[in-house]
Amino acid sequence: MENFTLAMPATIEAALAAAQEPDAKFIAGGTDLMQLMKDHVERPQRLVDLEGLPLDTFTIGADGARIGALVRMSDLADDPAFRRHYPVVAEALVASASPQVRNMATIGGNLLQRTRCGYFRDVGFAACNKRQPGSGCAAIQGVNRLHAILGGSDHCVATHASDLAVALVALDAAIEVQGSGGTRNVPITEFYLLPGNTPERETVLMPGEIITAVLVPPSGSGERSHYLKLRDRASFEFALVSAAVVVAIEDGRIRAARVAMGGVGTRPWRLPAVEAALASAAMTPEALANAVAQAAEGARPLAENGFKIPLMQRALARALLTVTA
Amino acid sequence: MNEFEVSRRRFIGASAAAGGLATASGISCAAVAQTGSPPTRTPEMIDMTLEVNGRRHALTVEPRTTLLDALREELRLTGTKKGCDQGSCGACTVHVDGRRVNACLTLAARCQGKAVTTIEGLSRDGELHPMQAAFLAHDGLQCGYCTPGQIMSAVALVEEGRAVSDSAIREWMSGNICRCGAYTHILAAIKDVVQGG
Repeated sequence: MENFTLAMPATIEAALAAAQEPDAKFIAGGTDLMQLMKDHVERPQRLVDLEGLPLDTFTIGADGARIGALVRMSDLADDPAFRRHYPVVAEALVASASPQVRNMATIGGNLLQRTRCGYFRDVGFAACNKRQPGSGCAAIQGVNRLHAILGGSDHCVATHASDLAVALVALDAAIEVQGSGGTRNVPITEFYLLPGNTPERETVLMPGEIITAVLVPPSGSGERSHYLKLRDRASFEFALVSAAVVVAIEDGRIRAARVAMGGVGTRPWRLPAVEAALASAAMTPEALANAVAQAAEGARPLAENGFKIPLMQRALARALLTVTA
Repeated sequence: MNEFEVSRRRFIGASAAAGGLATASGISCAAVAQTGSPPTRTPEMIDMTLEVNGRRHALTVEPRTTLLDALREELRLTGTKKGCDQGSCGACTVHVDGRRVNACLTLAARCQGKAVTTIEGLSRDGELHPMQAAFLAHDGLQCGYCTPGQIMSAVALVEEGRAVSDSAIREWMSGNICRCGAYTHILAAIKDVVQGG
């Protein structure tokens, strides 16, 4: 790991000012950034430590939840009231990483974690457009079993690794962002960018901006939710495929549904066609199967990850059967 | 500490010193020159106090020094192990302010004012912590390299109230990898502590 200078500001304003210096990076829990720095993927001259900022609390009220960006993953997942209101988020958090990592990692940092694409994380490979714009993509013709089948471009097919983000997309959450120019709220469905020609740009965050909070709408009446994660080993692993489903049930039928999936897209993947098929649907295996059949619409599998299409459909089917049971 | 342990530790220390001499004689310098690595940036050293196992230590660290390296290289508390150095194996698990964390992913300079507990801080009045005793009684190890991290994680797991079933223990111990595969005995040791306590 290269050396750096460490700034430890106590206010948001001081943190934003400290990040004005060239090659500065913010550090929160540090569980991802430390890995990237050790592997020389990130080589900041200056780290701005966010831990001293007053962003480590969350509230749940009639208007929904406001989660400070520095709340630790474990603290949010362990809160009984939060678990009751937002089971899909709590399940996604507990399915993430390890107990030790969850004790360190923050909500804001989780949303900004970088892809697990091995070519991105190994500087021994010259070609990675995300790490070195214009250098090519080693994954498209390489080892790509874990890569995206949705949202990829000729320049990048890396998946987004966050489970939390998938659950928040299904809840229509918003991200509160602050920079020297002020504060703004961005719907999470617009927060992440498709790779296109610029895979090095992953979110709408501008340089020097930080996430200050995540805003989650109140859970509706009759709403049930669930997060299902499938992976190569039982725990402490990133998703091959995951599904976040939020279903409003009325008189034995599905009134409305919101569905997002992880492990399949270059960003947390919302599935509007499935949602449309589920609206007003009966809770029968046939109706669910009809909706699930549209899950992989537009998928473009690579040489090694075609299995993600049926896995995606089956994961979604199981999540829907669980939540409507 | 028995005779064997003392002599073994002395042997390891002497070997490490010999390795250091070999490095100073130019072997690793030549390797760096060949790979064309850029010169290391001059660090701005940080003076700090690190509280470990109830004792305060005055330290001067580089900003990039991890808690793991500060414990092992500066304080010579080598019970905490470096496995993957990437947060993936759990061998470096310690408690910071009562929470289990990966010391390899923690910057030492960010631990000022916090209380760190390592495997060396578990025993009381010369008596092993019940979890240490249970790992011995149940053979919860083969090579033993992951054991300090396993025990630190297991102690935290019980305090967190997670040890409610075999599957819950397995899930909440998943941040600690055992290359020898002693998982069955590790599970038995943890259950023993829960049932005995």
